[in-house]
Amino acid sequence: MLERIYKAQNLMDTACNTLGRQINIMEVCGTHTVSIFRNGIKSTLPKKIKLLSGPGCPVCVTDQGYIDIILQLADRDDCLIATYGDMIRVPGKGGSLETKQPNANIKVVLSSEDALQLAKDNPSRKVVFVAVGFETTAPATAVVVKEAAQESIDNFCILSGHKLVIPAMRALVSEKNHNIDAFLCPGHVSVIIGFGAFAEIVERFGRSCVVAGFEPLQIIEGLGEICRQLAAGKAELKSVYTAVVTEQGNTTAQEIIAECFEPVDGYWRGLGKIEKSTLKLKDKYSRFDAFKRFNITEMPGEDMSGCRCGEVLCGLIEPPECGLFGKSCTPEEPVGPCMVSSEGACAAWFKYGGVMGSGYQEIRRPGSQ
Amino acid sequence: MKTNRHDKILLAHGGGGQLSDELIRHHILPKLRNDTLAELGDSAKLNLASKLVCFTTDSYVVKPLFFNGGDIGKLAVCGTVNDLAVAGSAPIALTLSLIIEEGFEFELLEKILASISESAKANDVNIVTGDTKTVETGAVDKIFINTAGIGVRLAGVDLGFEKIAVGDKIIINGTIGDHGLTIISQREGIKFQSQLKSDCVGLAGLTCQLLKNTSGVKFMRDPTRGGLAATLNEICRGAGLSIEINEADVPVNPTVRAAADMLGFDAITIANEGKFVAIVSLESVDACLNICKNHPLGKEASIIGEIVETRDAPIVEMTTKIGGKRIVQMPYGRELPRIC
Ligand code: SF4
Repeated sequence: MLERIYKAQNLMDTACNTLGRQINIMEVCGTHTVSIFRNGIKSTLPKKIKLLSGPGCPVCVTDQGYIDIILQLADRDDCLIATYGDMIRVPGKGGSLETKQPNANIKVVLSSEDALQLAKDNPSRKVVFVAVGFETTAPATAVVVKEAAQESIDNFCILSGHKLVIPAMRALVSEKNHNIDAFLCPGHVSVIIGFGAFAEIVERFGRSCVVAGFEPLQIIEGLGEICRQLAAGKAELKSVYTAVVTEQGNTTAQEIIAECFEPVDGYWRGLGKIEKSTLKLKDKYSRFDAFKRFNITEMPGEDMSGCRCGEVLCGLIEPPECGLFGKSCTPEEPVGPCMVSSEGACAAWFKYGGVMGSGYQEIRRPGSQ
Repeated sequence: MKTNRHDKILLAHGGGGQLSDELIRHHILPKLRNDTLAELGDSAKLNLASKLVCFTTDSYVVKPLFFNGGDIGKLAVCGTVNDLAVAGSAPIALTLSLIIEEGFEFELLEKILASISESAKANDVNIVTGDTKTVETGAVDKIFINTAGIGVRLAGVDLGFEKIAVGDKIIINGTIGDHGLTIISQREGIKFQSQLKSDCVGLAGLTCQLLKNTSGVKFMRDPTRGGLAATLNEICRGAGLSIEINEADVPVNPTVRAAADMLGFDAITIANEGKFVAIVSLESVDACLNICKNHPLGKEASIIGEIVETRDAPIVEMTTKIGGKRIVQMPYGRELPRIC
């Protein structure tokens, strides 16, 4: 293993020498962020390589407007909100789902199947599934929507906040953050969409995209591959996660997403409105669409005052640069979603104590920088 | 033959009258009988071999009451036994207070009492006095238990933060995270819950053996709530020295690792109920490890790190499997409520 690490580190050193400047690599996915911190990966990198956490934590990128809609629905006694655990702690207008009293209208579920089951078990309540997540969780939502349609579970509906990864990356490089040199792309999303999907970012925007799994060695090798390209002045599409990711991805999953959903313009925290970035239920399933059922339109919301999650998600600042970090905003009492979610950048920085510079020399090959 | 006319606990079972008496004489006493308890006096009279005693108390509110590898009764005995054990004493006697919700099934109470009895025997302690209260529905969640324990300090043993010095080694007697992840997986209904098992066990047998047969043990603590991360941080603060651990040397059961990853937890912050961390001198580390490895409760014991000089402030630093470094922070409290 050490050999492979040294090899990647050599590639990084070469890139740093060749470019002679800071290299900014964004890890798009929150799972990467957590693995980077938990494994102390930053301490093994040359100081000139900066890793930026991207908009890849589903709870974090969900716009405040969407959060406020859930909070309103939770006030209705005819509704039962089924949500993933992280979501209940995100603060919005007048508190979070967790602090709502009484919270009898809220139920934490572990899967979309659980949410549908909840609807079957509570025929007199309108069960609203808070469907958030990227292409990884959208297929599971689609499956239960189809099931609900087949079995006519009419008290079930979903509030789709499902988001697409590529439009967000496009918005980042074209508008929000021009300093990103390359992307470390998430393995599990790539399993679904195929690594070919990142071609646009490479070809149109000239940023290299390397897909890696979540094991620390893969992350380091992914970073090495990015650096190899940067040193050679190239931007390419590559996967170091070859065992599981194919160029086409999981076509069955893609088909079921396409059957139930269509991409529409949607709001993101920090990134604003992005064209064709959010999944909306197609007309034939519109009776399961909570937006239609309750006649609501998603409006951009206002972030909690002082919270800089938007900038964190774009890689513009690191969490400690937010004035609230570790002071009024902690995992105990989070102000913004990036501190709520276990995959959020602020939570990862807080829990793992930031970067340790000290270990740097110890594992690097003697004589390297 | 069933001796009670009820299958559920009534408020009157804690009222001090006939039903209370019945509960104690027919249900509790037969299971936990020993001479001191049988007197049913207002206090237990103990005859201790030494004036140097350790004395501790803990309350148990675990949810669910029954979990793979144990239940609230076993936990209430082992948890308190372990607090005595890691303080360097041989546990002698426990008290037992039950606070029971009205309507709690007798059958479950019987199971819990049987488990308390079994654990007390296994750990060679007697339940010498106790108390039973019943409260109206909703005032507690089913049953809460408090135990206090008294132990006699082992001759010549005096453990403390102040004994810890640079170069001392850190031993743990086995895998981490098993208890907490078992509880949380069971509570959340996670699929692989059946493959997880709490490590809940009394440690006094092993700790006493260690203390009697070696002289280099300087400090011990059981990494319960907050897991290994909390215990190492407490040691680091208490001793005013830094700690370095090596991730590859910290034993973690693969299912626990998978479950922790899935739930977004870090196994190092998860509660244990059958583990101790011992700080031992360099000279005695091999002997200590040997004793652990030859004991059923320490087969997977490992030297996980050492005490080092403090640079700026005392910190716990971990070298990860890929050779990176990170700080192991004092975990935040909210992640796992009602774990013990
Ligand atoms: S530290 Fe808290 S307030 Fe600041 S950006 Fe992060 S989540 Fe928002």
